[in-house]
Amino acid sequence: MSNITPSQTVGPYFAYGLAPHSRCDWAPSPNYDWKQTVSADLVTPDTTGRRIRIEGRVLDGDGLPINDAMLEIWQADAQGRYAHPRDNRALPNTQFKGFGRSATDKHGAYSFDTVKPGPVPGPDGKLQAPHIVVCVYSRGMLRQIYTRLYFADEAANDTDLILTLVPEDRRGTLVAHKAMRGELPVYHFDIRVQGENETVFFDV
Amino acid sequence: MALIFPKESLSVYPKHLSPEYRSTVKRSPSKPLIIVPHTLSELTGPVYGHDAVQEGDADLTKQHKGEPLGERIIVHGHIFDEDKRPIPDALVEIWQANACGRYVHNVDQHPAPLDPNFTGAGRTITDKKGYYRFITVKPGAYPWGNHHNAWRPNHIHFSVFGHSFLSRLVTQMYFPGDPLFPFDPIFNSVTDEKARQRMVSIFDLENTIPDWALCFRFDIVLRGREQTPQDTDKH
Repeated sequence: MSNITPSQTVGPYFAYGLAPHSRCDWAPSPNYDWKQTVSADLVTPDTTGRRIRIEGRVLDGDGLPINDAMLEIWQADAQGRYAHPRDNRALPNTQFKGFGRSATDKHGAYSFDTVKPGPVPGPDGKLQAPHIVVCVYSRGMLRQIYTRLYFADEAANDTDLILTLVPEDRRGTLVAHKAMRGELPVYHFDIRVQGENETVFFDV
Repeated sequence: MALIFPKESLSVYPKHLSPEYRSTVKRSPSKPLIIVPHTLSELTGPVYGHDAVQEGDADLTKQHKGEPLGERIIVHGHIFDEDKRPIPDALVEIWQANACGRYVHNVDQHPAPLDPNFTGAGRTITDKKGYYRFITVKPGAYPWGNHHNAWRPNHIHFSVFGHSFLSRLVTQMYFPGDPLFPFDPIFNSVTDEKARQRMVSIFDLENTIPDWALCFRFDIVLRGREQTPQDTDKH
């Protein structure tokens, strides 16, 4: 029998503790000074690779925006290296941490500024298509849900180990589409927690 | 160290859809989750050093000019993996209501006073023995709109990072003997009695500081255990 501590919902009031300076649906007083450890901007001064922005909304089973969700993302750097001791491949390291957190605002919208991750190996040694692991928390969610963001402009999606385990008609929910905003590629990625076009979530 | 993350361990988690907690009805996936293998992307996760926290972040009673009102308490414990090995350098973040049951958040409209000397947010990093310690005040119970006369038991929200993105845990710490337990659908979304009790802190007289503060112990077990060799013995 499992001995782990069970999960409970993040509730509606996490913002002032976990994401005080994120775009979110709460109004801290101007003198609120709780420092943020994790932000939605992952770019460090020495980051190499293509800078990108990720934007989208989080929607509930009625298609209504969830204005009190929190997203966390975890990704490799542009070379495909994770800032973690378990990734011991001989690749140059940078300050890029690969971890970001964004709350949603009153429109259910979130955003991240980051770089496009490079490909990382799967368990079989074959490279996976570039992707970002996304974890969703919210009032009304008693446990986090995991999904992945893939990039529409990657041919490797067709042979990706994880993506090919998803029924073909649902794969599209995991793919972010690019539009240029000036020089900046902006990838759009909505998360539908339930219902029509429900985002694929993973049992991990 | 090769850690694995058995999915069976998640059997004690609440179900995504727990209708007694009304907000889950429209916010839980309705399609089956897709079973996938763990890759490097899941088996790694953010790593924190002690520079992630500042001196004083773990003392919620010292963040303002004066001391907050309420019952001063110490909350401490160890963070372990499933083999009961301590997890050092784990980032622990907490947030909570003040002693009156009111959060510093504009959405919270409970007509109880805010305390100018209490924010209710804290963070720390576990030491090499997996130990953490906060000083705060005991949060009050508060009403919520889930059903008629619904009140949340006193609780402190916890967010913890372990060895990987799979060991990430957001939970709530409760206080022993709370009379609201039988009526709270969030607490009772964990249906296994023993698992539910693991969310309840233990009154710790030994570490209570005389003439100063009561102490509560809250040990946390995250996902992840050491890989054991396959048993090849077939009989």
